[in-house]
Formats: sequence, C-alpha cells, structure tokens
Amino acid sequence: MLKSFGKFSRAGVLAISALVIATAAQAADISGAGATFPYPIYAKWADAYKKETGIGLNYQSIGSGGGIKQIKAKTVDFGASDAPMKGADLDSIGLAQFPMVMGAIVPVVNLPGVKPGAMKLDGKTLAEIYLGNIKKWNDPQIAALNKGVKLPDSSIAVVHRSDGSGTTFNFAYYLNAVDSNWSSVGVATSLEWPVGLGGKGNEGVSALVGQTQGAIGYVEYAYALQNKLTYTDMVNKDGKTVAPSLESIQAAAANADWSSAPGYGVILANQPGAKSWPMTAATFILVYKTQDKPERAKQVLDFFGWAYDKGGKMAEDLVYVPMPDSVVALVKKSWSDVKDSSGKPVL
Amino acid sequence: MLETATADREKSVQDRRNRFGMRFGDPIFRILTLSFTILVLLILGGVIAILLEGSWPALRAFGPAFVWTASWNPVTENFGALVPLVGTIVTSIIAMLIGVPFSFGLAFFLTEICPHKIRQPIAIAIELLAAVPSIIYGIWGLFVLAPLFQHYVEPFLIATLGDVPFVGVLFQGPPIGIGILLAGLILGLMVLPFITAVMREVFLSVPPVLRESAYGLGATRWEVAWRVVLPYCRTGVVGGVMLGLGRALGETMAVTFVIGNAHRLSASLLAPGTTISSALANEFTEADGDLYTASLVALGLVLFVLTFFVLAIGKRLLLRNTKGTLA
Repeated sequence: MLKSFGKFSRAGVLAISALVIATAAQAADISGAGATFPYPIYAKWADAYKKETGIGLNYQSIGSGGGIKQIKAKTVDFGASDAPMKGADLDSIGLAQFPMVMGAIVPVVNLPGVKPGAMKLDGKTLAEIYLGNIKKWNDPQIAALNKGVKLPDSSIAVVHRSDGSGTTFNFAYYLNAVDSNWSSVGVATSLEWPVGLGGKGNEGVSALVGQTQGAIGYVEYAYALQNKLTYTDMVNKDGKTVAPSLESIQAAAANADWSSAPGYGVILANQPGAKSWPMTAATFILVYKTQDKPERAKQVLDFFGWAYDKGGKMAEDLVYVPMPDSVVALVKKSWSDVKDSSGKPVL
Repeated sequence: MLETATADREKSVQDRRNRFGMRFGDPIFRILTLSFTILVLLILGGVIAILLEGSWPALRAFGPAFVWTASWNPVTENFGALVPLVGTIVTSIIAMLIGVPFSFGLAFFLTEICPHKIRQPIAIAIELLAAVPSIIYGIWGLFVLAPLFQHYVEPFLIATLGDVPFVGVLFQGPPIGIGILLAGLILGLMVLPFITAVMREVFLSVPPVLRESAYGLGATRWEVAWRVVLPYCRTGVVGGVMLGLGRALGETMAVTFVIGNAHRLSASLLAPGTTISSALANEFTEADGDLYTASLVALGLVLFVLTFFVLAIGKRLLLRNTKGTLA
C-alpha cells in the first residue's frame, strides 16, 4: 500500500520536472541533463549548432548523478555523466554510452604570492592533504617538492565538493590509485571526507578557494582559468612534472585502451607516459538503445556527430580535448546499436 | 405617511437579505472555510505520509539509531542524522542568542526612546531586511563576512577565548572564516527583522497608562522595559521568538553558502558543519542509490519532527505565560 503510494508520488515529481523541462525547451530542441564538468563546451556547441541547423539544445548542468537519474526517468533525450556507468548497469537499463570530450582536473590553491604553475604536487601528497595527514603548508613533504617557493606556516583549508560529482569520482579514483591509505575513504561520486569544507559544484569550490586564504581545492581546468585561480603542476606516474595543457591531456588519452572497455568506460586517471596529465577525465553521453521517438534520437546523434566532426576547435578554445579520431570512428560505428522499437537503426 | 412606507420597504429588503443570508450565505461560508481547513490538514497529512514512505528504506535499514549515528558515508551506504541535526540546533541557538537580544533592544528603542520623526523610517528599514532574499545573505556572508572572519574575528576569538577553560573548546582550530559560527551569525541577522517586527507591534499594544505610571513612580527605562513592558506582552514576545526560530531551523540557501557543508562533528564553533536543510540542498539531486535518497528524505522527516516539537514547546510556553499573566 505504502509502496504504491510512493510510486505515485515519484511519478508526480517526475511529471512536474518533465513539465518544467518541456516548457523550458522549444518543441524542436534536444534536451539533455547531467555533468557540470563539460557544460561550458556543450553550451558553446549548442550555440554554434543552432546557428547552423536551427535545432537548439537545452542542457541542464545538474551533475552526473542527476543526469543518470533523469535519463533513467526518460525526462531527457540524453544523459551526461563524468563517471562512466558499468557495463552491467548499462545493459540492465538498455543504455548506450560513449565518451564525448576530455578535460583535466587541476588542484587549485590560494596562497599569497604563489602564481599559477609555480607550485607542484604529487598524487601521494595530494591524497595525504585530503586525508588530513598533512595539515600545514610548510609540511616537509610539500616543501621537498617546492624548493624555492615560500610556503607559509598556516593551516591548509581543504575544499571538496558537497554535491555528488563525477569530478569527485575521477579525483578520488586517482588518489586511490596513488595512495593505499585512500582506501579508507573509497571511490564514489560522494564521499565521507575526513577533512575540509564543501562547495556546491565546480563554481562553489572555485568560490571557496578564491575566498579562503590557505585553501586547496580541485576543479575542472576551464573553471580554474575562468576564475583566475592558482593551479599547480603535478608529478605524474612516470615521475615527470607536467602542467595542465591540451598536450598533457592528449598524452594521457593516447595510451588508454578504448576498444575493450564496455561503454568506452575508460578512466583516464594516472595514465602512464612522460607527458600525461595524471588527473585527466573523459565525460560520457548516455542514450537509450531502443528509442520510442526515433526521429528525436536521430537529432541527438546528429548533434553529437556534428560535435565530433566540427567541434574540436571550439573544445580546444575552452581547454577541453576532442576524442582521438580512432575513438570517434569506433563510437560512430556503435551508433548502429541505437534503434527504434521495430529494430531499425535510427541513423 | 410617505416616510413610513419607505421605512417599511427598507425593512422588508433588509429582512429578505437577512433571510437569504441565513439560508444560503452562512452555510456556504461555513463549508468554504471548513474545506480550506480540511485541505490544509490533508496537505499536512500527505507531507507526513510521503516523508514516511520515502524514508522507509533508511528507517528499516538503520532503525532509530539513524538519529544518533554520526556517520554519513555514501561509499559504504552508512547514514546517520546526528551531524546535520546537531548543526541545525547549534546554528539556530547561535541565531537566537544574537537575534533575540538585538530585536528586543531595537523594538524597545523604536517604541520608547526613538524620536517620533525617525521611528517610521527606521522601522521600515528593518522590515526591508526581511525582504532581502536569503541567497543574497549567503553571497554577502561568503564574499564579505567570511574573509573578515578569517582575518580578524576568528584569530581574535582563538587568541582571547581559545585558552579559557570549558569555553575554550568552542573556539579552537584554524581560522577558515566559513563555519558554524558564521552560519549562526547570518541566521541571527536573517531572523532579526521578523522578531523585531513582532516585538514592536506587541510593545505598542502596552497601554500608555502602564508605562506612564511606571515612569511617574521614578522607574528607569530599563525597569520599564524589563518590569512593565515585557511581562505585559510576554506571549507576543515568545510568539515572535518562535517565528524567528522556525525560520532559523529551516533556512537553506544562506546557510549552505557559509557553513562549509562538512559532515563532521566538532566541538569548535569555528569548524565547518552542516544542517539538515543545507545537506538536502547540496545532495538531493545527486544522490545515487536508493538508500542514499531514502536517508536524505529521512533527514527531512527528522527536521519535520524537530520543528514540530519546537513549535509545540513554544505553544506550551505561551499557554503557561498567558495563565501566569491572567493569574
């Protein structure tokens, strides 16, 4: 009795959110929801695509978890997530997943007198800071990496995400890969953080780090640039110091094995290679394999096909990295799996 | 002759209207108001039912221990309400400690001491504070107050009160600016206009003869405020305080900006924390997993029960006070 009541209430909530989305978007517009990490580039693509074809995109950057919820509820045409869904989960819901674009997660700090790229950190040190084991900026472990940088004798104010986030997932995945102590915290889109302050979204973390002297946080690279935050260099798996850049993100992607992962669910953290940025992440698109509205699904895939073909330059302008050509070819081939209810491919 | 005819006609119109009113108007009005009442009760019942239903998986998994468990771990799916519950109560207490004395002072100044010319402008200015959206308080707290707190207020508190026995534990740790104390302060500012407005109204309701007699007997302003005005309108004052407390317990946006959103218990008021409503605002859209979502709904249920009890206690106090005044 209670159970069925709940279904009604949930259906009600969904109906209302669907209504909101429906009124927000024009009839012909594609609708999507999910990750905040790629929002700037999706918005730019949508703008250019609308000028070219007249078809708009209404993308709500509500976060990866929200994107997965919305696509499950079928209130949007596609979902977007930074944390790839597992193959079994994709199959049980009937979703196809493909990577759209890559970016870098960068550590940002607020220390007077320290300029972007002037400091460097390694994975182990970053993990120990986020575990609360390194408490002061002039800790020997940080000082050893940063000879010549004047580090204050002040406490580190750790800033993390307060909402569930694909960025958090990729960040924690990396820390777990480089520091065995991290297993006490685990890897997920939301964590029980041992220390620190929570900010909502990349914007929230940017604001807190920008406001709080002695703070450290992690954000998508584009947010660090837009907010003029002091990002640091990182020591990668090969022991080389790298700066976040298009080249170092591409280098990380080059060594990944895309073809064998179900749903292309490759996590690009801690990739080998002298030039690889260690906290690289791809962001993913989710669509149903069986479509009730094949013409709408075709519009969605057309848009992403256009983005793969023509969106590379725009992505690079915002410091996102387009997928390698070989991956794009694989993805486009797999789009034949997206079919209408009679089994005919929509494209 | 003519006059009596007109009077008769008027009388019969009056009668007809009365009869119509008696026969239809009154029952319609009664049904209308009754249906409003029933509707509100139905909505309340619906809210409780949905909260119970939504939080059922969490209540079944954790039992009553949910209320006093301090863990909030989405990875292992072990959830408890203690940290946000404590955060909600502590920030509200700070808000009341700041808001109530300030409001009392303001209201007394406006009704007793302030020159008549500027009374109204000041009262309007204070009421305008209530019209400021809560997100503005949050942004202002984050960008203006938090740096001031980090650089001046908190180092001062740590240096002066940090070593005092017992009180010291409340003022320990690194000064970050953002935290429970700042959230409480912002809440205090937010409830201030509400409490002040109510207090001003009830202070004005005190018969002038009471005040004048007290002044005539040589009472000071403080004695008038404390011994005459306050006892006379205790009920209204408590009502105003409850109104403010209700707002403080449920306030979301402003708190989310400045509390630090950390699920950790700390004795220090300078440490970051979280409240029930800010945890909901932060995590609800992104909660993946049924138990996580259910635990967040269960938090909502805890807040509902907490608010209910606070209001119930408030009502009891009111009743006792009214009896006291009557006796």
